[in-house]
Amino acid sequence: MKPAPFTYYRPTSLGDAAQRLRDGADEGALVIAGGQSLVPMMALRVAYATELIDLNALDGLGTPRVEGDSFVIPTLTRHATFHDTEAAPAPLGALLHGVAEHIAHYPIRQRGTFGGSLSHADPSSEWCLVTATLDGTIHLLSADGPRTVEAADWSDGPMSTTREPDEILTEVHLPLLPGNTLWGFYEFNRRAGDFALGMALCVLEMDGDSVVAARIGLGGIEDHPRRIPEAEDALVGQPLDAASIGAAASAAMQAVDPMEDTTTSAGYRRDLTGTVITRALEAARNRAPAPAETA
Amino acid sequence: MSDKTDITLTVNGTERTISCVPRKTLADALREDCRLTGTHVGCEHGVCGACTVMVNGAPVRSCLMFAVQAEGAEVRTVEGLAPEGGLSELQQAFIDNHALQCGFCTPGFLMLITGALEKDPGMSDEDLTEVLSSNLCRCTGYRNIVRAALAAAPAIRARAREAAA
Ligand SMILES: Cc1cc2nc3c(=O)[nH]c(=O)nc-3n(C[C@H](O)[C@H](O)[C@H](O)COP(=O)(O)OP(=O)(O)OC[C@H]3O[C@@H](n4cnc5c(N)ncnc54)[C@H](O)[C@@H]3O)c2cc1C
Ligand code: FES
Ligand code: FES
Repeated sequence: MKPAPFTYYRPTSLGDAAQRLRDGADEGALVIAGGQSLVPMMALRVAYATELIDLNALDGLGTPRVEGDSFVIPTLTRHATFHDTEAAPAPLGALLHGVAEHIAHYPIRQRGTFGGSLSHADPSSEWCLVTATLDGTIHLLSADGPRTVEAADWSDGPMSTTREPDEILTEVHLPLLPGNTLWGFYEFNRRAGDFALGMALCVLEMDGDSVVAARIGLGGIEDHPRRIPEAEDALVGQPLDAASIGAAASAAMQAVDPMEDTTTSAGYRRDLTGTVITRALEAARNRAPAPAETA
Repeated sequence: MSDKTDITLTVNGTERTISCVPRKTLADALREDCRLTGTHVGCEHGVCGACTVMVNGAPVRSCLMFAVQAEGAEVRTVEGLAPEGGLSELQQAFIDNHALQCGFCTPGFLMLITGALEKDPGMSDEDLTEVLSSNLCRCTGYRNIVRAALAAAPAIRARAREAAA
């Protein structure tokens, strides 16, 4: 349970980090952010690094900010930042807070980072689900300069992304959400703090009772979190009621291609798809303001 | 290189310089190089929480940090919890509530509870109970750990608020 030997480098600027990664990536240099996925994997000897390039000493990468109509999350933003509901403007702040509570445990959230979660790209990563559902933009930097990737183009198969080995994720941009947004999140796992077996996030724009735009993201079911357009189509133009929620859930169950492993069958994950989407939509509906009294 | 490097960190208020290879975890460095064996090492991959210590005021898994990353950091371990000649409120509450049996998990729980309440004194009792799910105990069945945490929480919150004021 001890990692194999490696060398350690603490860069003084992002440019220095990018150059160091360019020089070492071919041999197996990796960056370390929170270390909450990388260190266990190195201890279990399923990950190896010739060198660790530690981003933790770099300034200015840990505090999110608003830029125009975007919320910018620099890569070292710790999961625990979102213990505060006001870390982002409402209603996005409440959404990020509600989701963050489901990531691992309190001490792990003190170190684990937003950018590390995106880079690690676990099928059950809550931050990957949020970024996919909101169509965020991922900003990367290499020795050649910056590049952006849209969330829909981020995954490249299970636990694999379109980031090149010599690129550093610098920040993620999410859209700010309008005031008429209703959101709901639901996650199922067998023990508190475990990775989700299935989870859904829905973000709906409402006009009175009626859904005018819908985003439904699903995680833990397929090899990476993504939006499910078939479920979204079942909601747009409809009131958010038992009938439209049921229609969205069954559309998603038909649309997904679930993973299968030794403890959990594809059929189970297909059923879970319906359950988590139903419960996320019900959570959104429960946030709807009470109808105004009419005289 | 992967050779030993000197690391200077503050442990329980005392500055220490130790020499470690990069792959040595903070947990092992505390035990072997600082000779502070109160921090326990269980799973070594972030699941059990026996190794919980405070780094710069936040409770973290010391098996998921390399000692070289603690250069310049303020570390607190269970050895730094008790005031001179006594026990902290939480340590006393663990005794009073029978919150330990074999004691292997105890240092981790003490640092988890103290760290979470010092960092977030406004944390509700309900959230504190949720935080306790971070760590594993194979003996007590948790009820008594929850009781001890809730019994000591007001005193820890009050002290944290006083220190911040
Ligand atoms: C017990 C336990 C339970 C957990 N439960 C959950 C959970 O429920 N949900 C969840 O989402 N996560 C969970 N995690 C993982 C945790 O959220 C990690 O923090 C996260 O997956 C990785 O972020 P990190 O900052 O710790 O990255 P690291 O561990 O430092 O890095 C992970 C990978 O990403 C790469 N990387 C990191 N940052 C960058 C960057 N800026 N640019 C390029 N590459 C980079 C590293 O090289 C490495 O390959 C759990 C972890 C533990 C130990
Ligand atoms: S030894 Fe660190 S969490 Fe188990
Ligand atoms: S008292 Fe034995 S593991 Fe907790």
